[in-house]
Amino acid sequence: MFGGIDPGLLIASLMVASVPILLAAIGELVVEKAGVLNLGVEGMMIMGAVCGFVTAVQTGNAYAGFVGGAAGGAALSLIFACLTQYLLTNQVATGLALTLFGLGLSSLIGQGYVGIKPPLTGAVPFGPLADIPFLGRVLFGHDWVVYASVGIIAAVAYAIRATRAGLILRAVGESAEAAHALGYKVRRIRVLAILFGGALAGLGGAYVSLIRVPQWTDGITAGAGWIALAIVVFASWKPWRVLLGAYLFGGITVLQLNLQAAGSGIPVEYLSMAPYLITILVLVIMSSGRGKASLTAPASLGQNFHASR
Amino acid sequence: MNRRYVLATAMGLTLAMGGVAAAQDKTKACFVYVGPIGDGGWTFQHHQGALAVQAEYGDKVEIAFQENVPEGADAERVLTQMALSGCNIIFTTSFGYMDATNAVAAKFPDVKFEHATGFKRDHANVSTYNARFYEGRAVTGTIAGRMTKSGKIGYIGSFPIPEVIQGINASFIHAKKVNPAVTMSVVWAYTWFDPAKEADAAKALIEQGVDVILSHTDSTAPLAEAAKTPGVIGFGQASDMAEYKPSPRVSAIIDNWAPYYVKRVGAVIDGSWAQQDSWEGIASGEVEIGEITDAVPAEVKAEAEALAASIAAGTYHPFTGPLKKQDGSDWLAEGVVANDGELAGMAFYVEGITGDIPK
Repeated sequence: MFGGIDPGLLIASLMVASVPILLAAIGELVVEKAGVLNLGVEGMMIMGAVCGFVTAVQTGNAYAGFVGGAAGGAALSLIFACLTQYLLTNQVATGLALTLFGLGLSSLIGQGYVGIKPPLTGAVPFGPLADIPFLGRVLFGHDWVVYASVGIIAAVAYAIRATRAGLILRAVGESAEAAHALGYKVRRIRVLAILFGGALAGLGGAYVSLIRVPQWTDGITAGAGWIALAIVVFASWKPWRVLLGAYLFGGITVLQLNLQAAGSGIPVEYLSMAPYLITILVLVIMSSGRGKASLTAPASLGQNFHASR
Repeated sequence: MNRRYVLATAMGLTLAMGGVAAAQDKTKACFVYVGPIGDGGWTFQHHQGALAVQAEYGDKVEIAFQENVPEGADAERVLTQMALSGCNIIFTTSFGYMDATNAVAAKFPDVKFEHATGFKRDHANVSTYNARFYEGRAVTGTIAGRMTKSGKIGYIGSFPIPEVIQGINASFIHAKKVNPAVTMSVVWAYTWFDPAKEADAAKALIEQGVDVILSHTDSTAPLAEAAKTPGVIGFGQASDMAEYKPSPRVSAIIDNWAPYYVKRVGAVIDGSWAQQDSWEGIASGEVEIGEITDAVPAEVKAEAEALAASIAAGTYHPFTGPLKKQDGSDWLAEGVVANDGELAGMAFYVEGITGDIPK
């Protein structure tokens, strides 16, 4: 115990609190690596939250709920993909519209599901491992999505760094023209990346409505999608840093609530703004000095591509 | 085309349509909500009130509403738009709309404004209305004090404003009255509506050993979180939240705005509307105590109901001396009752609550 807070419990709850933004952020990272800026993360998350919830309630199966959530997020992102990749609309405006549309549509779909309890998802049974002091609670007391989210980070990091598919994805994001000249189907690759990002945002949303707050209410994601967007920048487009950023953002929220519950005298306001201050700080550091880490932003981020150009 | 011309035309049209609405003799009642109607709590109850107005007057009124309006500059824009679109009376249903309501009221003297839970009435066309939630808090605080096994109760506050602080003090005073060993942890969520954060706050409290959670935010998330841990109970806030019966939700404080809304819209229709400051409680039915479930022992239930009855009858006031402030200084002497002005500006904890109120 320090300051009246059990660090084991604190770490355990920050891991849970970070899952939605973690999933959404790693999905958006893949989208941005392909050179597409999709600001509709919040809309895709809430569509995932409502579709996951409805599926889980209808089938009585929480796993089916997560599949439904991913499908819901991907379906909404398909609209974005069609608009930006085939009709060449402005990505920023389309993304913002997607969020507004998602919020409204989810509210419509969710009518009649307010006040219903979804099937519960329990912790993964690790048997005796969960009884190890400290480590047991921190590492072996979670539901499966917590482990899956870390696994997805590892998979994405490996795929981007060391596989042919990752190389092609990066090529498309850095210079769509060059990739096109080499014969890669820029549009198809981007659509697939957008669908992947949508599915992961949907999964993150489903985690909110099925596990973290097991219920449906309108606007349940309450801005988590915007935090996910900030995390991608904070992480300077590097997958493992997304994990760090998500735990930091999720962790500070949990920490400030815990500090209050434990009766610590630290003013809440400072802790509440800390993650955003750190993001600004990282941006400043990134864009100054010799490191120029900002160069890691995909070069054709946010630019539409058409083969005739 | 000239953009200014387009804007002027648009505004002219809106005004003209407002005029048409007035000519048809249909009163338009508008509502501004801070959260979504589907929150299952605060905003849901206000919307029930709006629906009651429609049901009462039928064709004579038209209702309009906007959800998820942020407190601050956006609210002013929404209010202006509503006033321009022919609203005769506008209910602004959150504390944070106070300045926006008064600013817009100055520009539209013919439109009536009703601001919930505020205290500023700068113009003759602004009324304020509130409910004595602290009366309900006294009842739930009593149940909390009786029901806690760990001796720790938790309170999830939204923003440090008088209305919330009244609730914290009333809960604590009455929990302590029946259980002198009780302690209370207060967590400020700094939001009215963010289910994930509300759930996290409840979780943080439970991890600190709290087994009774009182909340003053708008969603049902704290109850959903309490449901995950056996032995933890909570209360419905603003709405009945009956889906969490019989436990963790053992009772509830229900805001019933319908009678007030029906009365005030009626006053606009017959032209008798006048500025006022309304603050009703359990007695008039504006604050209701939700069914106390079987998870509560019969004698505790009887005690809580007796307390509610004595408040309704006017024989007991939840803030009756002797009471001291947190710093140990005297507040109310033996038998003295707090006056409304003091309550409306309450910015201190009573003796025994630890922690500071954020500035």
